[in-house]
Amino acid sequence: MYKTGGNNVKKPELLCTAANLDELVKVIEAGADAVSIGHERYGLRVAGNFEVEEIRKATEAAHARGAKVYVSVNALFHNDDLEGLPEYLKTLEEIGVDAIVFGDTAVVMIARQIGLKVPLHWNAEVLTTNYETMNYWGRKGATRAFVARELNMDAIVEIKENAEVEIQVQVHGITCIFHSRRDLVTNYEKFMGQEPKPASMDRKLFITEEKRDDLQYPIFEDRNGTHIMSAEDICILEYLDELMDAEIDSFKIEGIMKDTDYNVKVVSAYRRAIDAYAEGPEAFLNNIGNLMEEIRAIQPSHRELTTGFFFKEQVY
Amino acid sequence: MTEINVISDKKIMTPRGPVLQKPEVLAPAGNLEKLKFAVRYGADAVYIGGQSLGLRANADNFSFDEMKEATDFAHAHGSKVFVATNIIAHNEDLYQVDDFMRSLQRAGIDAIIVADPALIERTKQAAPDMELHLSTQASTTNWQTVQFWKEEGVSRVVLAREVSVQEIRDIKKHVDIEIEAFVHGAMCISYSGRCVLSNHFTARDSNRGGCSQSCRWQYDMFEELPQEEETIGQIGKTPLPMFNEQDPQFTMSSKDMCMLGFLPDMIQAGVDSFKIEGRMKSIHYVATVTNQYRRAVDAYFANPEQYKLNPEWMEEIRKASHRSLTTGFFYGTPTEQDQLYGENEDMPQYDFAGLVLDYDVETRIATLQQRNKFSVGDTVEFFGPTMERFEQTVTEMWNEKDESITSAPHAMQMVKVRMDRPVSKHDMMRKEKK
Repeated sequence: MYKTGGNNVKKPELLCTAANLDELVKVIEAGADAVSIGHERYGLRVAGNFEVEEIRKATEAAHARGAKVYVSVNALFHNDDLEGLPEYLKTLEEIGVDAIVFGDTAVVMIARQIGLKVPLHWNAEVLTTNYETMNYWGRKGATRAFVARELNMDAIVEIKENAEVEIQVQVHGITCIFHSRRDLVTNYEKFMGQEPKPASMDRKLFITEEKRDDLQYPIFEDRNGTHIMSAEDICILEYLDELMDAEIDSFKIEGIMKDTDYNVKVVSAYRRAIDAYAEGPEAFLNNIGNLMEEIRAIQPSHRELTTGFFFKEQVY
Repeated sequence: MTEINVISDKKIMTPRGPVLQKPEVLAPAGNLEKLKFAVRYGADAVYIGGQSLGLRANADNFSFDEMKEATDFAHAHGSKVFVATNIIAHNEDLYQVDDFMRSLQRAGIDAIIVADPALIERTKQAAPDMELHLSTQASTTNWQTVQFWKEEGVSRVVLAREVSVQEIRDIKKHVDIEIEAFVHGAMCISYSGRCVLSNHFTARDSNRGGCSQSCRWQYDMFEELPQEEETIGQIGKTPLPMFNEQDPQFTMSSKDMCMLGFLPDMIQAGVDSFKIEGRMKSIHYVATVTNQYRRAVDAYFANPEQYKLNPEWMEEIRKASHRSLTTGFFYGTPTEQDQLYGENEDMPQYDFAGLVLDYDVETRIATLQQRNKFSVGDTVEFFGPTMERFEQTVTEMWNEKDESITSAPHAMQMVKVRMDRPVSKHDMMRKEKK
């Protein structure tokens, strides 16, 4: 790809998840322009649960530091879950959060019904795979779409070229690869006659598959069901220049299942990589090796850093 | 039980509820022959796949010419044909959509089943008369979302398999739209569409038809315990297996859905279409399963108050099943009882052994087309769209030249068989697998 860099390049937003107020402040201080938070009552696989009052404090803390706050409301809602949802959205608007992230169309309907003014970001994870669908949600009120992690670089560039909404790409961290409404860990424990314990993220459960038993796929349950996560962490740091040339609007670092120290260091490395490429291609090339080393130094040994599907071919 | 008034054989009325329309029995068909048998065995509608945009990349799938033949046949029998175009599209899939949809319209297809809004938008432009059904792949689980799609011009929503009977009732209360529900067959254990295990394990894109059913594979589960005194000195934390040597491994395999025993609940909840899964399933499966739902729905609408599940129907269903059965989410979140662990179940399996082409009332001899080997002395069963199933032993049989034979080993060979009871063209003969 033709490298521009330097003054011509637009700096993308750097977004990171936060599990609590402390992490939120620290990742912002490390260079995040925006943070993503939520509560599992409304959002999928949030890093930690923020009650409404904590969202208020988080928003104040972020805004005081010039950063934005996005709240995940991207669960799959059943009829009963709709109760209280309009009030929740209104409260988020009143708090002044900068965007609401949705996956279920019910949020679009309710936003319409209550005249919500907060921008909506579409994130149905694996379902966001083409620009026409992203533009469709744009016409329905979304200002941004989050690209599925199963796409390659060419597809992402093509999406950005044709998108009428902002495009967000995950550049680092774990991804969800399976979501069931059932309690699959609990069911297994019961099947084996064990007393089931809550299979929360804290239990650090994982599964392995026969043919690749060196790969550990984390698995956990919450009120939204069972989630299986990738065995590897995406790390696109070395290719950030390509994504910046493509003018991707937002880079997301997924910080769930990692501690604050790790997330702060990762945010800091991506911050410096973005700033370096904005300075020029040479600055980027001169720094990227060291920045990669910084990430490798803190990467858990059993979780390989990969480029995910960015350079992978898939068949069907 | 609520008092129900029969208005006609297609409409009934409950005292407090609305008029209930007779629901459609919707069957899968992997090819033209299966489609014809699905219709003959009672399907009001059949869904199929085309050469692209569907989720069964490895199925036979229909060419546009075959679709034309399919709609001609189905329409002549008062049935409809839907095409599953329910991939989650990537950029490069979009270019073919307009032509594809125009071809479907020309082939007389009654509706498409679609999950990706990009395909909905393109179809509205390219084939404006095409009826749109929202696929279960869109994971629709609440009435607000159903209302949204209604306003977008979708005439029917296939609900997520995670929705309960009570939730369907509530959705119907809020939104006047056709609701289709999977009542029978294999199912995703994840929210449909929200799984990329195949992409990760086999580089096959599940949401474009490449699903390798990784959920049903065997896994080991471990718990990473906090580091304790005795483990210090080792690198990292010590994972503890969640299982013992003799325990079955962790897996995510659901039993198959079967709502045949609970059809009155589904009818009274207002489900408009009963969908049977299985575009990859055999002709024997499709005919058998479709026919039991046909019989049950007809029996209910003929006399709702006296309706009782006929155990014979369930027995037939079991003969076509490869897994044990569950009611999924219809009555609450499934438990470990609704999953399969360990070795495959040992269920009696039946082969489709022969198709009745003709029956001579005088000689009581049927002409069969062989579909699986059978021999003199075998116990076989005959069943058909309307006849009562019966069992008999093969006593005498002849080949095309009327020579007496003891066995029919050749695929599609014509065989004449002495019958205990009359049969008709399109009836089937099955035999237990040994």
